[in-house]
Amino acid sequence: MLNKIWPLFIIFSIFYAVLFGNIQEINSAIFDSTENAITITISLVGTMCLWSGIMKIACSTSLINKLCRILNPILNFLFPDIKNSKKIKKEISMNIISNFLGLGNAATPIGIKAMQSMNNENNKIKNAEKNKYNKLSNSMKMFILINTASIQLIPTTIFSIRKSLGSKNPTQIIVPVWLATICAALSGIFCLKLLIKREK
Amino acid sequence: MISYISLMAMPLVILIIIIFAVKEKKDTFDLFIDGAKEGIEITIKIFPTLIGIFFSIGLLRNSGIMDMVIKIINPITRIINFPTEIIPLALIRPISGSGAIGIATDIMKNNGVDSYIGKVASVIMGSTETTIYTIAVYTAGLKVKINKDVLIAALFADAVGIICSVIFCRIMS
Repeated sequence: MLNKIWPLFIIFSIFYAVLFGNIQEINSAIFDSTENAITITISLVGTMCLWSGIMKIACSTSLINKLCRILNPILNFLFPDIKNSKKIKKEISMNIISNFLGLGNAATPIGIKAMQSMNNENNKIKNAEKNKYNKLSNSMKMFILINTASIQLIPTTIFSIRKSLGSKNPTQIIVPVWLATICAALSGIFCLKLLIKREK
Repeated sequence: MISYISLMAMPLVILIIIIFAVKEKKDTFDLFIDGAKEGIEITIKIFPTLIGIFFSIGLLRNSGIMDMVIKIINPITRIINFPTEIIPLALIRPISGSGAIGIATDIMKNNGVDSYIGKVASVIMGSTETTIYTIAVYTAGLKVKINKDVLIAALFADAVGIICSVIFCRIMS
C-alpha cells in the first residue's frame, strides 16, 4: 500500500510545486520533515521507555486481569481470532484504557507492542518465510482502526487550545465530541467487519 | 473540574499500578527496566517509517495541492450545506496532526472560538485522529503490507466523524 501511495505523493507534490511556483516551500518541506521526525522520535523515546516500563509492571499485577475481564465481551466481538491469547488481550486492554483516559503518550507505545505481539502470533500460524512481507491479520486491522477512532473520555488537547484562545466555555463541546466519536468508531468498525467478510 | 480530572488521570493511573505491584510483592524496578529496554528497541524500529511519512506529507502540504483540491470540492460541499471554512481542516486532519492543530487554531481565531464554525472545528479535533500517521506508526517495523481495508474503514470513520461534528453542532447550538 505505502509502496504505491508514497511515490505518488512525492511525484505529484514536486510536479505541482514546480508548475505553480511553490518550489521554495518544497525545499523547506524537505528539511523540515526530517527535523520533525527527529523531534517526534526524541520525545517518543522517553515516553516510550517510561510507559513500556510501567506497562511491564502493570502486566505482572492482577489489576490488568480485572480490566481484561471487564473488556472481555467487547474484545471477543472485535478480535475473534485472538480469543485464546491472554497476553495480547492484556496489551489491547491497556491500550484501549489509555486511549479512553486520553493518555495518548501511553497508548501509543502499548499499542505498538500489542501490534508486534499480534504479528508474531500471525507469523507462527502461517509459518511465514523470513524477509517476506506478511498480510495484516484481521485482529491487527481492527486494532489499528480502533486506534484511529480516538475514543476519548476527555479531549484535553482541544480544551487547552480553546482555553488559550479565550473561549468562554472551553468544555462546552464535550457532548458533541462524544457523540461524533461514537458514530465514527461504530461506522468504522462496521465498515471494516463488512470488508473482512467480503474478503472471505 | 474537568481540567482537574484530566490533570489527575496520568498520575493516578501510575499510582494505581505501582500500588498494586507493591501489594503483590513484585520486583517493580527490575520490571520497569525490562520494559524500558523494550521501549528503546521499538522506537528505533519505527524511526525510518516516521522519516518517510513526514517527508511525503510535508511535500504534499507545502506544494499547494491541498489548496487546489479545496477549490475543486468547494461547489460540492456548498450543495450539501457543509461549512466551507471547515474543508481545509477536514482534508488535513487524517494526514497531519500538527497541521490540523494549526488549521483548527486558525479557524477558531478567525471565526471566534465560541461561534458555530469554531465549535465545529473543535468537535472535529476532539472526535477524530491523525489516521494516516496512526496507521504508519502501528505498522512500522513489522514487515507487513498495509491493507486497503484498514485505510478505507479508517477514512470512512473519519468522514462520518466530521459530518457528525457538523450535524451535532448544528443541532446543539
